[in-house]
Amino acid sequence: MNNTEFEAIVIGSSAGGIKALSSVLSALPSDFPLPIIIVQHLHPQSDSYLAKILESKSKLKVKQADEKETIADGMVYIAPPNYHLLIEDDRSFSLSIEGPVNFARPSIDVLFETAIYGYRDKIIAIILTGANHDGGFGVKKIKQSGGYIIVQTPESAEADAMPKAAIAATDVDKILPLEQIGQFLLQLVNSSIKKRFAKPRYQPGRFSH
Amino acid sequence: MDDIDTQNIELQLLLQAIYLKYGYDFRNYAKASIKRRVQHRLTKDGFESISAMQNKVLYEVSFFETLLLDLSINVTEMFRDPKFYLALRKVIIPHLKKYPFLKIWHAGCSSGEEVYSMAIILKEEGLYDRTQIYATDMNEIVLKQAKNGIFNISRLKQYTANYQKAGGQESFSDYYIAHYDHAVMSKSLKENILFSDHNLATDGVFGEMNLIMCRNVLIYFNRDLQNRVLGLFSDSLPNDGTLCLGSKESIRFSAFSNSFEDIVREEKIYRKINTDKLTK
Repeated sequence: MNNTEFEAIVIGSSAGGIKALSSVLSALPSDFPLPIIIVQHLHPQSDSYLAKILESKSKLKVKQADEKETIADGMVYIAPPNYHLLIEDDRSFSLSIEGPVNFARPSIDVLFETAIYGYRDKIIAIILTGANHDGGFGVKKIKQSGGYIIVQTPESAEADAMPKAAIAATDVDKILPLEQIGQFLLQLVNSSIKKRFAKPRYQPGRFSH
Repeated sequence: MDDIDTQNIELQLLLQAIYLKYGYDFRNYAKASIKRRVQHRLTKDGFESISAMQNKVLYEVSFFETLLLDLSINVTEMFRDPKFYLALRKVIIPHLKKYPFLKIWHAGCSSGEEVYSMAIILKEEGLYDRTQIYATDMNEIVLKQAKNGIFNISRLKQYTANYQKAGGQESFSDYYIAHYDHAVMSKSLKENILFSDHNLATDGVFGEMNLIMCRNVLIYFNRDLQNRVLGLFSDSLPNDGTLCLGSKESIRFSAFSNSFEDIVREEKIYRKINTDKLTK
């Protein structure tokens, strides 16, 4: 059962990802209310050009995530090349150079697994185009924790291995062609926000009996 | 209280248990990375919970040693971030040449790849013979590897490329002897390196240094522990001493931001400054 009051978006992409990310981000308005945290597989020695490219395609502010930085709503964060990006309980970032996971550093699985520490069931996870299976384990974990999973249709992906791996890994919530993902995400988040304001905000008790 | 809250309690208890039993203090490490690696160990060995694993950690030293390797990240390479080593050679080395004798501390040196990188630069710049390098790590297993200076030959191609990007102009293969699938670093690089056990979370200052290297270690610590370690470094450096951090690490938001100034900003190379002057 999904808790529909989402609080963060995590996205994983690889081969063909820059175009796919641009498509998703360009559909979102400048007042998009949630943080978006992205792992795009890059060459280890590439500079921080990805944030600049994505910012030019988007109305949102895009930056490379810094160590210990507190995650802010409405921001887009990119994992730095050659570091894993992790999310702490207090919703700040940490970085790690532990070995590649699924041949990748940054790894989508590492971001997704640790996103649960900070955001629990309030996560929307998106898997876009890619040529390996990174992210499969992560979406499974997020789904088990009550998050929502969107995957690009393998047919619309430049490389279909990663969407296929995610679909095989768990019962994903939505499979969409690339051009519909941004719009769908916006609707999903808007309806979740409306629900939040339509009813007295229920604070789940820290201790259940 | 859900499962994640319960796991957080269990993790805290496990880290306390490890500290009390074995003296390794992970309590002030950034939690996400530790938690993820503990969870992977649980799944791999089929434990039901962190508490169930804790029992084995306390009673089986060999199992603790396995977990210790999981928890201490020992990924490194020679001339990691070649641009950093280029800056070291071009900007810092000329400055170090004015000292008659040099002391360098590599804190958290892991299996030693970056220590040998430094040794090579010092050799080429004519400084090695008047330098004492202290290379320390908390993990004795990796420290032993560092001391042996034996690396897998499959990595040497990348190290050679890194060396060249870092401004190296000699033949890199002169610095090691290939032996089957291993490369043994030249004895002459080891002469002035002292490898020893030192834990940044629990141990203190052990001498005054001209330069401290501590790259990609602070990222695993929480703010409190980062401040403790930066305090150790500040106490170990005289005014004008050099501190080198990893390229994603910064002193800017720490308790010691006023004790250092940038030398090469983008490579995180800092100079200790005279703070007495500032406060007067």
